[in-house]
Amino acid sequence: MTDVGTTGSGVSGLALQVIDVVKEYPGQPPVRALDSVSLEVHDGELAAIVGPSGSGKSTLLHIIGTLDRPTSGVVRVAGVDTSAMSDRQLSGVRSHLIGFVFQSFFLLEGMTAVDNVANGLLYRGTSVDERRDAAAEALRRVGLGQRLSHTPSQMSGGERQRVAIARAIVNRPSIVLADEPTGNLDSRSGGAVMELLRELHADGRTILIITHDRELAASLPRRISMRDGSIESVEYDVAGALR
Amino acid sequence: MSVATAMYRSRLRPTDVLRVGALGLRTRRLRTGLSTLGIAIGIAAMVAVLGLSASSREELQTRIRALGTNLLEVQAGQGFGRGNQTLPADAVKMVRRIGPVTAVSSIATVNATVRRNDAISTGINSGITVFAADDDLLTTLNASMADGEWLDGATSTYPAVVLGSVAAQKLGIVDVADELRVRIGDNWFAVIGILKPVAAAEGLDRGAIIGIDAAQTYVVKDDLAPERIYVRTQEGAIDDVRAVLPPTVNPETPEEVEATRPSDALAAEDAASTAFTSLFLGLGAVALLVGGIGIANVMVIAVIERRSEIGLRRALGATKAHIRRQFLTEAILLAGAGGVVGVALGAAVTAIYASTKNWAVVVPPIAIGGGVVAALAIGAIAGLYPAARAARLPPTEALRGN
Repeated sequence: MTDVGTTGSGVSGLALQVIDVVKEYPGQPPVRALDSVSLEVHDGELAAIVGPSGSGKSTLLHIIGTLDRPTSGVVRVAGVDTSAMSDRQLSGVRSHLIGFVFQSFFLLEGMTAVDNVANGLLYRGTSVDERRDAAAEALRRVGLGQRLSHTPSQMSGGERQRVAIARAIVNRPSIVLADEPTGNLDSRSGGAVMELLRELHADGRTILIITHDRELAASLPRRISMRDGSIESVEYDVAGALR
Repeated sequence: MSVATAMYRSRLRPTDVLRVGALGLRTRRLRTGLSTLGIAIGIAAMVAVLGLSASSREELQTRIRALGTNLLEVQAGQGFGRGNQTLPADAVKMVRRIGPVTAVSSIATVNATVRRNDAISTGINSGITVFAADDDLLTTLNASMADGEWLDGATSTYPAVVLGSVAAQKLGIVDVADELRVRIGDNWFAVIGILKPVAAAEGLDRGAIIGIDAAQTYVVKDDLAPERIYVRTQEGAIDDVRAVLPPTVNPETPEEVEATRPSDALAAEDAASTAFTSLFLGLGAVALLVGGIGIANVMVIAVIERRSEIGLRRALGATKAHIRRQFLTEAILLAGAGGVVGVALGAAVTAIYASTKNWAVVVPPIAIGGGVVAALAIGAIAGLYPAARAARLPPTEALRGN
């Protein structure tokens, strides 16, 4: 299996392009969760989407991650337009171009760390031996080289989230989407997880972190603030980028 | 389709379908065990019923073969108001004249007790019947000796006795030793042989058989009329011989003579047992149906419980079809495991029951193959709805709330 187009060097140099995305949920009257959102994330960026709960950031994450479809508008991942894609094609985009990190880890019990991470390549048709080799490498990258055959129940919360991060990067995605990655962790483990995400960013990976934690967001080079389904402000922090 | 969409395709290898399908079973062993139980019991019941009926049929076939289908048994009709009737004294001689008859032999019951020694009172009946038989009985019945010799022209006129297998056991005699004697009536009889169990005439197993001449000389001290005649015929001539037997045996009142074929009774037994087979097969089918519903139920619960796993897999790039295949495979494996356990259980039940009855153990291959295939089919049907439900679950909903 080749990694063509998955290292983030798309034609546009854009890992992600969101144009005039609207998301409405049916009802009387219809609920508008996203109201004409536009956003660009360049290859190698580390950015935060921040906002209170109900601001539409989770909906935006799902739409960027092709888990949900916008009512109108365009989403391009690594230059690939996903608007007209079938459910099957969207699955293909997720398996090749997107890595997810969830607040509650979503590791499978009864599976070792290696096998959990190897699942990140399961739906690409990679052979089991190749999957495990890549998984072991990814686990070493996140500092869990000593925990390869541990099961989730034998690991701390911080370690579990690092396993989940390894799973998100094992397929070398164009963009890693992290949804409240420190939300279930104490501040020390959370700090270590953020440190890891910064390191991965330094390696050249594109990472988008969704959080309601303004302090955490303030430590990142770019902050996209949302309110009531719209982007309220976008701030760049040159100092943060250098930290 | 653009180049990009062709390049980014989700794929799940067939071996990985099996791997993810087995995951739920490996991580929830107790539930797996319990939910396969219904299928296992149903399949076990069906395999055991088929195995037992095949084994008992095999046993009957063995007995019919030992008996031979060309054996006829002639006795006086036991009509109302008549006791044990005897046949005319020259009946054997007459029957021997029928063309296709290959062997004829008669026996008669002798009213006497058999004792190990003369210290035992004559009033104590050992449950052994004394029969008077002619020399051809052994060959006519296809019987064989466990030890010693059968009666011949000489020994049938002397006080010599051949014991049936059960009778020998009752008297505590295991082999024919020198000078071994038993008391029949008021005389000592030398034990010259022990019979193997006789399929054609099980009464002989509990009998002590002496020659007709010896019986007349030493026990009844009178003429002895035959009670029962065994007739062996050429293959194919059995119906013709059967038809002419009554007038040959008793030309004056042929209607008082009954000619039967012992193998017919066994064949009837065989037919009767198939009626029970279908009843138990029906019960097994009900158990399978219940087992299938159980598996569908467990799978629906699994889909609800594992929503976040489904959401995760969709996020990792699984298509709806991949999710459907995973849960369908899980249901099929679940039922298949039940089927394999059930077949093993049913075969074990057959083996244990058949060996207690000294039958040959026969488990039909169709029951083994059919049992596993039926279980797999039930799993596939039971898994259809839960798998479709898992595939339909929108990823955003599956990931929401844990």
